[in-house]
Amino acid sequence: MSKLLARIRFVAGPLALLMMVAVMAPSDAQQRNPDGTPNPTASAVDEQELLRQLPRIEGRIDIPNPREAVLIQPAGRTWDYFHEVILHWLGAIVILGMVAVLAIAYLLMGRIRMSAGRSGVEVPRFNGFERFSHWLNAVSFVVLGLTGLNITFGKIVLLPIIGPDRFSDLSQAAKYVHNFVSFSFVAGLVLIVALWIKDNIPRQVDITWLKEGGGFIKSKHPTAGRFNAGEKLVFWFALGAGAVVIVSGYLLMFPFYLTNIAGMQVAQVLHAVTAVFFIAVILAHIYIGTLGMEGAFEAMGKGTVDLNWAKEHHGLWLEEETTRRAGNDTRGEPWATPAE
Amino acid sequence: MARMKFLCDADRCIDCNACVTACKNENEVPWGINRRRVVTINDGKPGERSVSIACMHCTDAPCAAVCPVTCIFSTDEGVVLHSKDLCIGCGYCFYACPFGAPQYPRVGNFGSRGKMDKCTFCAGGGGPETPGSIAEYEKYGANRLLEGKLPLCAEMCSTKSLLAGDGEIIAQIYRERVSKRGYGSGAWGWTTAYYEGVAV
Repeated sequence: MSKLLARIRFVAGPLALLMMVAVMAPSDAQQRNPDGTPNPTASAVDEQELLRQLPRIEGRIDIPNPREAVLIQPAGRTWDYFHEVILHWLGAIVILGMVAVLAIAYLLMGRIRMSAGRSGVEVPRFNGFERFSHWLNAVSFVVLGLTGLNITFGKIVLLPIIGPDRFSDLSQAAKYVHNFVSFSFVAGLVLIVALWIKDNIPRQVDITWLKEGGGFIKSKHPTAGRFNAGEKLVFWFALGAGAVVIVSGYLLMFPFYLTNIAGMQVAQVLHAVTAVFFIAVILAHIYIGTLGMEGAFEAMGKGTVDLNWAKEHHGLWLEEETTRRAGNDTRGEPWATPAE
Repeated sequence: MARMKFLCDADRCIDCNACVTACKNENEVPWGINRRRVVTINDGKPGERSVSIACMHCTDAPCAAVCPVTCIFSTDEGVVLHSKDLCIGCGYCFYACPFGAPQYPRVGNFGSRGKMDKCTFCAGGGGPETPGSIAEYEKYGANRLLEGKLPLCAEMCSTKSLLAGDGEIIAQIYRERVSKRGYGSGAWGWTTAYYEGVAV
């Protein structure tokens, strides 16, 4: 083995030296034109050559602002293409596509009802703090989503309607709102993750739930713990996508602190693409939590769900809760019937 | 109508920064903003070149395309202007600009960059102000084009490295120079800004 390495070194060493000489020798020869006159640009830096080697041309600058030492970055035109062509189409297809899918789902399946009807017995599902955290995150998300969409689609959708002056005022306000509401979004996301991460660890039952098509196939009723696989997917997606938009967003909010121009372009691309998919997923989340399923909204609305809803969708969680309550309360009946 | 362009003959630029100073003075550019700057490539090495760069007033200007409030536009002469009344200071034109031309008075200040400022080819501003008025001068700087003059940076250039004016004419001047002296390192930025270099 060592013999082989020694042989490689024996061959590669002189070869590298030869190549260095080969590269250097012509440049020396090029100092003069073929007819013998000196050629002052023989060793001059060449723009096209530099751009073939590097994504952007940088140098030294006299004014005390090293950020401006980038001379040319053709990637700006690439970013322009992304923002004006790719992002517009991607955003329109993904978001409008999701709206269409949800509309079709509603038309085909209608509202998913509780098959046993309401029992009239209410089971506590989310306490006040959990609901506060969720709504803090949710309201922030909707505000950020709308103000963000305005930056990309406002000039197509809104500008022709309200005119340039009012649209500019609105967008200016929207930009500040977008920047500041980001903080409540971060707070909401951190709270949600802290509160619910333990109930969102994937379990064996989630695979069965997914295989049986969630709650969408009426003949089957896959059971689930506190959160079913669908909710867990939304949770982990929100955590992942949230982290991407938060990090990329703050990089853009503090230009040049950690990134250069290329970093800012990448951050914007990640921010925009992630946000588009985030909006589509949350649209589906909103649909199933309101219009799509009977008895789902009250979990996050008033904090309780109907016993039959819990049995149907979160059987394992209901069992756990029942045992836990029964352990604490010896009166036998774990769920108080509502005062009527 | 003439298509206005800048051309920096890098074989003549001596990095004196007179164009930077002339621009700042002529347009009363605020502190911290440089509409024009000189960048030296391969500084101190054989074949180093200095290039004076500002907004190149691109063909299909990417800044204008990405602006979320469409406050940037090209004039009939190809000069890229913007309206500070409409600008929201989002920074998108800076991401899109191949030449780092857009400047903001409050860079990095918590995302509130302030109204974008950039080279106007000494052609005033793109707002509702009357061309040549004091209001226009205070917001955007000089409107020399209105007076039949070219941008001061190029007019001031001691080595006549920086050329401004009708793209056809300055390209012709550059071509003649190159053929006379026998060398030229090309019209820097032209392929990116105008999709074509100056064939010599």
